[in-house]
Amino acid sequence: MRGFKVGLTILCVAGLAACSNPGRFGPGAGGPGAGADGFGAPGGVAQGALDPSSPAYFQESVGDRVLFAVDQSTLSDAARQTLAQQAAWLARNPEYTAIIEGHADEQGTREYNLALGARRAASARDFLVAQGIASSRLRTVTYGKERPIEVCSTESCYTQNRRAVTVIAAGGLTS
Amino acid sequence: MIRTIALAALAALAILAGPAAAQDGPLRIEITEGVVEPVPIAIPTFVAEDGGAADLARQITEVIARDLTGTGLFRRIPEEAFVAQVTEFTPTVSYANWKAVNAQALVTGAVSTSGDGVTVKFRLFDVFSEAPLGEGLQLRGSADSWRRLAHKVADAVYSRITGESGYFDSRVVFVSEQGPKDQRQKRLAVMDYDGANVQYLTDGSSLVLAPRFSPSGDRVLYTSYESGFPQIYQMDVGSVSPQRLPVPAESMTFSPRYAPDGQTIVFSAATGGNTDIYRLRPGATQPEKLTDAPSIETAPSYSPDGNRIVFESDRSGTPQLYVMPANGGEAQRISFGQGRYGTPVWSPRGDLIAFTKQNQGRFHIGVMRTDGSEERLLTASFLDEGPTWAPNGRVLMFTRESAGAGGSSSLYSVDVSGRNLSLVDTPGAASDPAWSPLLP
Repeated sequence: MRGFKVGLTILCVAGLAACSNPGRFGPGAGGPGAGADGFGAPGGVAQGALDPSSPAYFQESVGDRVLFAVDQSTLSDAARQTLAQQAAWLARNPEYTAIIEGHADEQGTREYNLALGARRAASARDFLVAQGIASSRLRTVTYGKERPIEVCSTESCYTQNRRAVTVIAAGGLTS
Repeated sequence: MIRTIALAALAALAILAGPAAAQDGPLRIEITEGVVEPVPIAIPTFVAEDGGAADLARQITEVIARDLTGTGLFRRIPEEAFVAQVTEFTPTVSYANWKAVNAQALVTGAVSTSGDGVTVKFRLFDVFSEAPLGEGLQLRGSADSWRRLAHKVADAVYSRITGESGYFDSRVVFVSEQGPKDQRQKRLAVMDYDGANVQYLTDGSSLVLAPRFSPSGDRVLYTSYESGFPQIYQMDVGSVSPQRLPVPAESMTFSPRYAPDGQTIVFSAATGGNTDIYRLRPGATQPEKLTDAPSIETAPSYSPDGNRIVFESDRSGTPQLYVMPANGGEAQRISFGQGRYGTPVWSPRGDLIAFTKQNQGRFHIGVMRTDGSEERLLTASFLDEGPTWAPNGRVLMFTRESAGAGGSSSLYSVDVSGRNLSLVDTPGAASDPAWSPLLP
C-alpha cells in the first residue's frame, strides 16, 4: 500500500498542477515510484521510461482519475483535459478496454453514495464516448464510499476520494 | 436452524388476587412516556430441578436479566440484597420479602433437563399489588436452544409489564468488517439480537452491503460484488445458499428490500448513471420501473400494509424523503428540515419512519411521523447511519463509524424515545444491521 500512495501523490500533482504541461507526456514523465492501483491495474512498474502503450503509462502519465466537487458529477475543466488525454490514449491503443470506477467520500449514506458513484462513473464514460471511444470498450462500476484511497476524515482526503478512475484492462469486457 | 419450541401454559396455577398496595393500580410501564426511573425487578437464579440443570439455570437467568435490564426499563436488584432465597418454584410467594428489598416485580423460575431437552418454567409477580401478572408458563426446547428459551421468557415478562410485544427472541443480519478503511473486508453475518451465536454467511472474498431480513426471517437480501459489479442476491439463511435474482446483468443493482408479502422485492438500479427504483414480483422474469426521474431514487422501504413506499431522492437538489404508492406514481416529499435525509425505514407498527440525517457535518438517526411531522433526532455523531427497527417498533439499531484513519464501525441501539443508547456486542467491527421479525 505504501508504494500505491507514493504513486498516487504523483498523480495528484499531475492532475492538479501539471495538467497543461505537455512535458509530462514525454518519456519518463511518470517519475520515480509506482505501484498497483489494487483494482485491476498491473503492478510492479519499474523506474524510468514507461512504454507509452502500457496501462502503467496510462495510469502514471496520462492520469487515470478525475476528481469531483462535493455531491457533484459534473466534470471540471481539469477533469475534461484528463479525460481528453484518456480518450486519445484509448484511441491509440484499441486493444484495451476500460472499467470506469465511480467513488464518493464518506460523507453521505452508503446507498446514496452508490448511486452518486454510478453518476460520476457515467459522467466520465459519457465524455470518453463523446470523444469517439466505442461504448462497447467501456464499462462503469460504482464503489460508493467503500473504497477510499485516502483515509483521513477531512476535506484534504475527501477531495481525493470523490473520483472516477479509469482502469485499463486487456481484452473484452464481461459481465 | 430454527427449532420449534413447545409452549404450554401451566394448567390451573393458583392465582392469588391480593388487594393493591403501594402502587396505584397494577404494575405497568408505558414505553411511550419515556421511562426515566427503571423499575426495580428481582430475578432470583432459577431453581435447578435436577443435578444437570444447575449451570443452565444460572445462564438462563443471566440472559433473562440482561434482556430486561438492557432495555433501560428495569433495574435488577442484586441477589445479595435478598432477605429470602428462592429454593423452590412455587405458585405463591411471600410478597413481604420482596417489598423489603423494594422490588416492584419478581420473576421466579425453574429449569430441568431430560436427554437433549430443556424445560424452563417461570412466573411473574406484581409485588406491590401482591398478585401474579399472568399465568405461569412452561417452555421446552433442545439443549442448544437454551438462549432462545431465555429470550422467550424475557419477551413474556416485558410484554406483560409494558403491554407491547417483545423483541428479544430475534436475530440481526449485518456486515462483519475487518481491516483498515482503504482495504476493508466485509462478510455477511447473522447473530442473535444481543450478539450471541454469530454465524458467517459469506467468506469475505467479495464486498457485501446492506442486507435485509425477509418478513419470515428465513431469507436475506443483500448486495454483493461477486461478479465485479454490485448486484442484488437472495440467500436462504438455513442452507446458506445464495441465489441471483432475475435482474439485467448489465445494470448495477443495490438497496434490495422485501415487501411485506415476503415475495415481492424492490431495489435500486443504476443505468447510464441514473438510479431509479424497480420492483420484482414473484415469478416475474424482469423488474418493473417504479420511479422515472433523472435524479437519484434509492433506499426504498414498504409501509407494513404494503400500500406505500418511502424512499430517498435528490430530485429537489439534496437527498430528501418521499412517499409514493406501492405501484409507483406521484410521490409526496415528507422531509423539510435542515440538512440531508437518507435510508428511510418504515416502523413495523406503521406509525413512524426512521432515517439517517446529515446536517452541519454531523450524522443523526431520527424518527418522524409518516407525513413528516414531529421529527425527532435520537442520536448524533461523526457518522451514524442505516437504522433498523426492532420487531416491536420500540428500539432502533444502526451503524456508528468513528472518524479518521483508524475509523471503524460498530452497531448501537437506542430506544425510540432517544434513551438507552447502547453498544451492541459484536465480534469485531460491524455495520449495516437489519433486524429479523420476532422468531416463532
